[in-house]
Amino acid sequence: MLQVRKGWVLRIVIIDDSGARASVLEEGLREAGYDDIHVMPPRGAFVARLERMAPDVVLMDLGNPSRDTLEEMLAVSRALARPIAMFVDQSEADATAAAIDAGISAYVVDGLRKERVKPILDLAIRRFNAFARMQAELEEARTQLADRKTIDRAKAILMATRGLSEPDAYALLRTTAMNQGKKMVEIAAALITASDLLGGTS
Amino acid sequence: MTPIRIAFLGLTDAAVLVAAREKGFAQAEGIALELLRDTSWATLRDRLVYGQVQAAHMLAPLAVAVTLGLSQQPCALAAPCKLNVNGNLLVMAPDFAAALEPDATARLGDPLATAHDFAAAIGLHHRKPIIGVVHRFSSHALILRYFLASAGIDPDRDVVLRVLPPSLMVEAMRTGEIDGFTAGEPWGSAAIDAGLAEAVAASERLWQRGVEKVLAFRADWMDAHPETVDALVRALAKAALWCDDPANRAELALLLADPAHVGQPAALIERALAGRIVPRAGEAPVSLPDFMLFAREATPFPWRSQALWIYSQLVRWKMVKPSDDARARAAAVFRPDVYRRALADSDLPMPGASMKVEGAVAAPLPIGAPRGSITLGPDRFFDGRAFDPERIEEYLASFGPSAGA
Repeated sequence: MLQVRKGWVLRIVIIDDSGARASVLEEGLREAGYDDIHVMPPRGAFVARLERMAPDVVLMDLGNPSRDTLEEMLAVSRALARPIAMFVDQSEADATAAAIDAGISAYVVDGLRKERVKPILDLAIRRFNAFARMQAELEEARTQLADRKTIDRAKAILMATRGLSEPDAYALLRTTAMNQGKKMVEIAAALITASDLLGGTS
Repeated sequence: MTPIRIAFLGLTDAAVLVAAREKGFAQAEGIALELLRDTSWATLRDRLVYGQVQAAHMLAPLAVAVTLGLSQQPCALAAPCKLNVNGNLLVMAPDFAAALEPDATARLGDPLATAHDFAAAIGLHHRKPIIGVVHRFSSHALILRYFLASAGIDPDRDVVLRVLPPSLMVEAMRTGEIDGFTAGEPWGSAAIDAGLAEAVAASERLWQRGVEKVLAFRADWMDAHPETVDALVRALAKAALWCDDPANRAELALLLADPAHVGQPAALIERALAGRIVPRAGEAPVSLPDFMLFAREATPFPWRSQALWIYSQLVRWKMVKPSDDARARAAAVFRPDVYRRALADSDLPMPGASMKVEGAVAAPLPIGAPRGSITLGPDRFFDGRAFDPERIEEYLASFGPSAGA
């Protein structure tokens, strides 16, 4: 597993369960010219594999429950030639805080200069933020789709039980929602529940 | 309303924080409390140190370790109150536990004998047993080391201590990655119910009043916001009383069972709250009435002697070099002065002293207090030693050189 190390290349290990997020980050790092990058899910004997890799930089999602396991390994490992600790630069405390905000933690080998770490961290922050935005947008799209389905079902119930046209059924849902100060999807869901309870078919 | 964000881990002993929010105690003190759940102590620590949250549900030894610069970025933390005492289980896989005393009540009731059985069981095991601990700077890990060493087991040589977050312990038992673990509830009971483990020791029997989670702030933030801190401490003191009341147990268990909090069945969570621990799947529960305390006996009061006990253990296991400076900084993490200030106008009983000899109370003992009366519960260590915070070196020497002193 030991690989030949080019003297000047930084070896970066990304520990992540989410294939998508890790790829987004890896891709960004490669575009920026880093090519000694390894992605590792935090499962099984990942700590032993990580020791053998002797990374210069380890990037890990803040939400990953295995962070304590990683930090313990960093604290006790005899296999690591140089100690690794969280990237903390007192002159740029904001940079570390920004990383925490973006949901990323960076562990850096002792003695690695700030100028070499900072660009990696900045890039990781940008990519993590972009990924989080993407997730949020995806989630929103999913919710919108689910909402539309609920509203469609409620419309169908109104059309069947009250003989309304589709535009009238929609208008009725909308005015009811406005009058009650609720979202249309809430009114639609309530209607579906009531209809189900009354044994209606929809 | 003052907004406050507190980070916590999904454990039964987050009860006081959950009750403060869900039962309106925080709101009544003018605090809009937001609880943020994390899955690792590292992330909870970082959120606190870097200011994403104002306070955290923290392992007491971790608060001391961060202050002493032993856990990544050094930062002076301060704990104006404890959130509970006790509440952890040590559980081992049935094949390992087969070598221990079979009667669970006897096994849990006599930890010193169990430690010796444990030493014998290690010899019978086909390899070094791997025991999951939640963090090197956890009460669980410190008391486990103490327990093992009492029978001549060197925790750094004779067993492997593997750090895993509490929520991953049960799965690690299932895959055989670990042979047992010690964690806060409900995770020990969850492993027992799944038939993957048996109870071997309860923290309540190792140190009868063992310091566990604290409410931790950054010391500078706490000192800059006295009114908010006092209001929060008052809210938590009331929430703790509510949590300790047996009449509220079922409701509390339901609140904690919510996926946003612990996300485990209420019936499982209620065992720790009620002190009725099922030692093996399908067996009758063992009664451990002091399994987890929130309010009685002035539980939240942050005795400085307890911070110093933690310091003594960090020295014992060579996690920190002993020095007057480190000792003073460790003691200063616990802030009885803030607790007293916050509750000055309440009718809660208030200890007059800030330190006591830990492990010296064998039977309930009424003590003098400037206001009200307090009965201290028995607080013995399982080996009968007492910890005098004024004589730490003597205390450490009593363990002998082979036991890590």
